[in-house]
Amino acid sequence: MSTDDAHDPKFGEYGGQYVPEALMPAIEELTDAYQRYVLENEDGFMDEFRERLADFGGRPTPLQYADQLSARYDTDVYLKREDLLHGGAHKLNNALGQVLLAKYMGKERIIAETGAGQHGTATAMAAAHLDMPCEIYMGETDIARQRPNVFRMRINGSEVNPVTVGRGTLKEAISETMRDWATTVENTHYVIGSIVGPHPFPKMVRDFQAVISEEAREQAIEKTGGLPDSVLACAGGGSNTMGTFAHFVDDTDVDLYAVEAGGSSLQVDEEEGVAPNSATLSTGDEGVLHGARTKLLQDSDGQIMESHSVSAGLDYAGVGPELAHLVDEDRVIPVNVDDDIALEAFHRLSQDEGIIPALETAHAFGYLEEHHDEVGDTVVVNVSGRGDKDLETVIEETSKRDLDIAPDMSIFDSVGRSPTSQSSGDEPRDSVGGGGL
Amino acid sequence: MGLERAFADEPAFVPYLAAGDPNYEASIEYVEALARGGADVIELGLPFSEPIAEGKTIQNAIVRSLEAGMTPDRFFEFVEELDVDVPLVCMTYYNLIYQYGDSESRSDSENASGETASEGPRPFVEKAAAVGIEGLVVPDLPAEEAGPLRTACDEFGLDLVFIVAPTTKGDRLERMLEQVSGYVYVQARLGVTGAREDVDDATEESLARLSDWDVPKAVGFGIKTGDHAERIVSAGADGVIVGSALVDIVAEGHENGDPVDEVADRLEAKARELKDGALRGAAERPQPERT
Ligand SMILES: Cc1ncc(COP(=O)(O)O)c(C=O)c1O
Repeated sequence: MSTDDAHDPKFGEYGGQYVPEALMPAIEELTDAYQRYVLENEDGFMDEFRERLADFGGRPTPLQYADQLSARYDTDVYLKREDLLHGGAHKLNNALGQVLLAKYMGKERIIAETGAGQHGTATAMAAAHLDMPCEIYMGETDIARQRPNVFRMRINGSEVNPVTVGRGTLKEAISETMRDWATTVENTHYVIGSIVGPHPFPKMVRDFQAVISEEAREQAIEKTGGLPDSVLACAGGGSNTMGTFAHFVDDTDVDLYAVEAGGSSLQVDEEEGVAPNSATLSTGDEGVLHGARTKLLQDSDGQIMESHSVSAGLDYAGVGPELAHLVDEDRVIPVNVDDDIALEAFHRLSQDEGIIPALETAHAFGYLEEHHDEVGDTVVVNVSGRGDKDLETVIEETSKRDLDIAPDMSIFDSVGRSPTSQSSGDEPRDSVGGGGL
Repeated sequence: MGLERAFADEPAFVPYLAAGDPNYEASIEYVEALARGGADVIELGLPFSEPIAEGKTIQNAIVRSLEAGMTPDRFFEFVEELDVDVPLVCMTYYNLIYQYGDSESRSDSENASGETASEGPRPFVEKAAAVGIEGLVVPDLPAEEAGPLRTACDEFGLDLVFIVAPTTKGDRLERMLEQVSGYVYVQARLGVTGAREDVDDATEESLARLSDWDVPKAVGFGIKTGDHAERIVSAGADGVIVGSALVDIVAEGHENGDPVDEVADRLEAKARELKDGALRGAAERPQPERT
């Protein structure tokens, strides 16, 4: 595991603490709490965290042998089933850890940003579980697109605050949550949703997510007698990614693939400030956003671009500084697949393995489909989340594309209701979707 | 002697506008109107797409300016074109400073292991100095990360203004003192920028904590009226920074389609109200002298 002490804010050149002064005292306080409770298990914090992850979260999650995919690729494919974690995604590992930490720190209120709504949902669940008031910031575009998760957050008792600035997706939601935090910092903890933001968030979120690879590494050894040749995970901000990689980083024979969203194209439109992808690790360059120096999608002046992906959770112009560093060090291989391949992979995993993956997760399987002869004999793929939240998007995007692999949905015609009628009253949506972590 | 001079004789009025809001030409008029109204230093915002320290008012100003085509190079032209006789300070976010003049070398930066080929903040500061900017305020750059920018500012003779928040206390305050030059920006309340109806008690507490600092203290965040300015100066501030209350005038004029010269007159009058308030505040102070 890439160890480092709580007080070193950098990963090589990346990371740091680029935030307003008003937040710095809280960040110092958080760094101290991270050191004591998370790294040193003061007051048994980590014991309680592990226990709650087991009893409330359902850990450990299985490492499952994928029969059909293994036969298809002539490679042993193992699935790390984070989709089986409570809430349906890896997000709870981090949300539960941070809400519990906030409690240990004596904070009275939780705020978080969300894009796709998975992190917001996990935070709302953790806050309800630990009896903390919680407010979630979500871009208005994403609220319209990710309605099931908005309901889940509300039902768990969280406020959902719409963010109307800009394109109304994840980037704006993070900025707005930071603004709330700058106002309420004395009693509030900001549960950031990925390995992004100012130090100590990238390290701390990674440590909470590292349980994925801690388990997966042991399970792999148990099941196969050795380490896998490759580990694959999708990457938006990169929390499931670093969680899946962390305990393999020192195993230098294990190839680590971070699969980003290639969107509809890797080209950018400088004039409009739009990148129709979110392949930050492959195509971004260094800059400072949301508290950290990292790789970014930005124009030549340094203005941040609008990213795009069919998968809301990968749709972000930044990426975790640790991943940026590990890519520069040639330890992590950045790759990407486009919207079409991800959609096909979504259907393939659903049909062949009986697992409906999140669209984010489907990117990792899209890469496996395209490059299965390059990943060795044994591969672990992180199933970062389940796809129930994405069904409307998938049905709509699939019908636009005429994919051979997709099931026929005409059954709805015979009962007089189109499969997408629920969303047809909403604002017009662009073809590539949107959202965030 | 840098920006300190603007605070030497009487309390300074330090207005902020986003450069290029709602467009380049009108914005020039508006900044010049502030100077006529009695500004002692003018903070010009160079708009960044993710302004995390800004409230709604200034966020919207930034959107208007960016949509009208503002860029760092246009900003420098803007500064050169201004006909004002007061020191100018640029307020922007670190990524724009960091990326400036660096578009080619960025892709090479991976070659040098550990050492970036980026020149960092230096080209921006060099250009800013060349067009006559005298100081920088960078809201997302705490003292911890300010080393390279501090070095560049020293090289080109710019002041680097730091923000002291209501939460800044003890050691942090001491460490900041070592880096401050020009003036300190005393954040009047927690939160983001935006005009308010009252003056927060945190302001007076912050001023008290800074009372033995030998650098001018300008208070900003939420100041809206001449009476606010008066109260803050009488509590010991050396200057008042006013942004959103002025941007509101620009926004309203823009929405109503008012002629530029009328909006400029309103800005000038508002500037005068704020400056007069500051002067009244100074007159009320028992001991107006700074050591
Ligand atoms: C299921 C799932 N996987 C992956 C992601 C991407 O986040 P990260 O890159 O931080 O793992 C998300 C974000 O919403 C998600 O919901």
